[in-house]
Amino acid sequence: MAKLKINGTLVEVDADGSTPLLWVLREQLGLTGTKYSCGIGRCGSCTVHIDGKAVRSCVVELSGLEESQDIVTIEGLSENNDHPVQQAWAELDVPQCGYCQPGMIMTAAALLDNNPAPSDADIDAAVTNICRCGTYNRVRRGIHLAAGIKQNRRSS
Amino acid sequence: MSAVCVKVSRREFLIRSTAAGAGFALGLHVPMLAGSAVAAEGAEGAAAEADTPEINAWVVIEPDDTVIIRIARSEMGQGTLTGLAQLVAEELECDWSKVTTEYPTPGENLERDRVWGSFATGGSRGIRGSHLYVRKGGAVAREMLIQAAAESWDVPTDECRAGGSLITHLPTGRTTTYGQVASAAAELWPPEHVELKDPTEWKLIGQPVKRLDTVDKLDGKQIYGTDLKLPGMLNAAIKACPVFTGKLESFDAAAVREMPGVRAVVAVEDNAVAVVAETWWQAKTALDALPVTWDEGRHASLSSADIEKMLDDGLRSDEQVFVGNANGNAKEVLAGAAKTIEAVYAYPYQNHATMEPMNATARWTPERCEVWCPTQNGEAALEATAEAAGLPITQCDVHKIHLGGGFGRRGAFHDFVTQAVSIAKQLPGTPVKLLWTREEDMAHGHYHPITKCRLVGALDADGQLTALHARISGQSILASVRPRGMNEEGADPVTFQGLQADGDHAISYTVPNLLVEHAMRNPPVPPGFWRGVNINQNAIYLECFIDELAHAAGKDPLAFRRSLMAEHPKSLAVLDAVADKIGWSKPAEEGVHRGLAVVKTFGSHVAACAEVSVDEGNLRIHRIVAATDPGYAVNPQQIEAQVEGSFVYGLSALLYGECTLENGAVVQSNFHDYPSMLLKEMPKVETIVMPSGGFWGGIGEPTIAVAAPAVLNAVFAATGKRIRSVPLKNVDLG
Ligand code: FES
Ligand code: FES
Repeated sequence: MAKLKINGTLVEVDADGSTPLLWVLREQLGLTGTKYSCGIGRCGSCTVHIDGKAVRSCVVELSGLEESQDIVTIEGLSENNDHPVQQAWAELDVPQCGYCQPGMIMTAAALLDNNPAPSDADIDAAVTNICRCGTYNRVRRGIHLAAGIKQNRRSS
Repeated sequence: MSAVCVKVSRREFLIRSTAAGAGFALGLHVPMLAGSAVAAEGAEGAAAEADTPEINAWVVIEPDDTVIIRIARSEMGQGTLTGLAQLVAEELECDWSKVTTEYPTPGENLERDRVWGSFATGGSRGIRGSHLYVRKGGAVAREMLIQAAAESWDVPTDECRAGGSLITHLPTGRTTTYGQVASAAAELWPPEHVELKDPTEWKLIGQPVKRLDTVDKLDGKQIYGTDLKLPGMLNAAIKACPVFTGKLESFDAAAVREMPGVRAVVAVEDNAVAVVAETWWQAKTALDALPVTWDEGRHASLSSADIEKMLDDGLRSDEQVFVGNANGNAKEVLAGAAKTIEAVYAYPYQNHATMEPMNATARWTPERCEVWCPTQNGEAALEATAEAAGLPITQCDVHKIHLGGGFGRRGAFHDFVTQAVSIAKQLPGTPVKLLWTREEDMAHGHYHPITKCRLVGALDADGQLTALHARISGQSILASVRPRGMNEEGADPVTFQGLQADGDHAISYTVPNLLVEHAMRNPPVPPGFWRGVNINQNAIYLECFIDELAHAAGKDPLAFRRSLMAEHPKSLAVLDAVADKIGWSKPAEEGVHRGLAVVKTFGSHVAACAEVSVDEGNLRIHRIVAATDPGYAVNPQQIEAQVEGSFVYGLSALLYGECTLENGAVVQSNFHDYPSMLLKEMPKVETIVMPSGGFWGGIGEPTIAVAAPAVLNAVFAATGKRIRSVPLKNVDLG
């Protein structure tokens, strides 16, 4: 039994050590917000945070994870769907089909944690997720808006 | 007396359907097995039935004034769910903040004599194909609510007005809510005639309201087909013969049967094998280890080079050639012309690559088969279910789930449903969720059809276009997918999209002598409707060639186009709008170059102007101005989203989209060799929404068509190179 810390809670997982974290989340823990699309680390749909960094969970094996690592999924990003990124996304109606969006949101949230006021070039470099519906321009605006929301929250 | 009887039976009918619908309200409930849904809701469910009156098929109003609007078309990101609800709510005069939506099932539609009309969600038809009857549905419900209020007050209905989910008796100022009169309204007979509002009276249609389905897409709550979980459900991974039309010969189930979680290894139809396990990851792991032998059949050596030969033949030969549009005598004028220009263009196979891979969940018993799946056409999914289940259609149903992208892949084809049912049939009573890998999705698409086009144009001494001959050669979608859609001569009208004489896909130019033909050449690769369909390549052919002609005539590409558009004022208006906004009359910034494109397709007029630079062979698309005239604009902010998204889809195709064949199979297998454009490549997009009224055009597809030609024409302006074969990843721009 592997132990993992997911969204602040310690959980036990009974799965083969070679199982990707993505499938542990989705099938062992019922956290289906994290999506499968390519399975080879190319699209970012499966992005979660591990110790604050955006990581593509389809290419992280269970056996390589430790109990001390903080894993956060889209379900644990905020209590009430009110993370600055989620707020900005709601404000701008960013999602279309929405399938890539948990990954987009987790990528954006990690970017803002490390860089509170990213430039367009910073966003270009950090957001390499694929969205086939084509929400990129609203994602960009959403990140700038979320940076502002975060800033306001901090100063108020 | 008979009227009462009808009413009673109607009432019973409605109650039943409301109860069945309750488990599937979008965003409110996770779909469940129909049986267990009833059991789970129990007494509470029964109470809800009595208190949740269905006013008519489109509108349910709860006592707390919540308005449930039924949506027959599928939501796959394009925003139709919200747009259709706006149309109903406009006439219903309800409070928009109280609106929620749900999908009826195709089984209910069948049972109720197709009261919701078509479920097909494609061809940018969601709104333009149903606006009339859904608005009527809202208007009828409003009149019934007014009548119920008037009867309760014992006043004439024409003294009452509805607005904001309230009914007011004008002379006395008395009011009541929709929720209060809903039960009484549900008992009334619908009015025979209702008047729809004049567009000038619209308050909600035309407003940039927020989507109704955003919130659940932000925290992982939105359930897609891939996320579905049913009690006792098993998971399946599948592999079909990679060679098109190849068959499954044999597999060694014993080799994987002892692997963790594996419950069954089954043949699926005659061409695939699936492993069923407790989890999907276990199923996929075992499938990867399963020894399989294929009977690859007669196309085992098919390659892209073979297909190219077929198409090249069609550019010149007279066999299987159909005329799609002709006026004057193009051939004669071309033969006698002082100056002719000729060019050959080519467009490859492309995969839809929805972010959510194909999937479906099925549960089969000898008496009933149910399927839960993302589909663009619930009714077609139901037909596929019944056929695969071997049961009468009345013993089957399909529960639609939000799609993680459709783009045409999930409308005309339900191969994933057929497979899921075929697997479930081998495990009676057990729900099985089938999920394709990305690799399976790349290998078994229904691809954007491959075509080439040879164009010859004639210019007179003044540089005016006197004749144009376009010979398309290549694959017909309808010949493979829907032969009954072909015309009497056996031609496929879809092939001529954007080049037709009139209608939704008419050419935007007047050419004095015109001949458009299609030499049908059908390789054994399954073609499909791919967002935009044939307009995507036809717009490249025509719009890039028009640019070539303008250049040969020594004319400005805008002026040259305008000279052919006097009889196409709406197309001209969108073209002028982009030219104006981009500042065509003044030169672009140093190093930046512009290209134009304009089309009429799916009933809408669209144009784009792209600004690009090419620096040491590196293309950068800086800015695109796009204009759309869809007649009526139901939700301008969603139109903007669709226009921006169309550029991502169209430019991804232009930059990277190509499926090639080797040894009878598609070479590309995942996003590493079938890339999609990324955020860093995305230009600034400025969208002009300019509805001119009087017609209803589509939104989800038209703009894709102008993306590639506008950029290619700008690339020519920047480099002097005519790129006639896409994608650009194969081209050296240096
Ligand atoms: S599913 Fe993990 S990167 Fe695509
Ligand atoms: S919103 Fe559909 S793939 Fe991004």
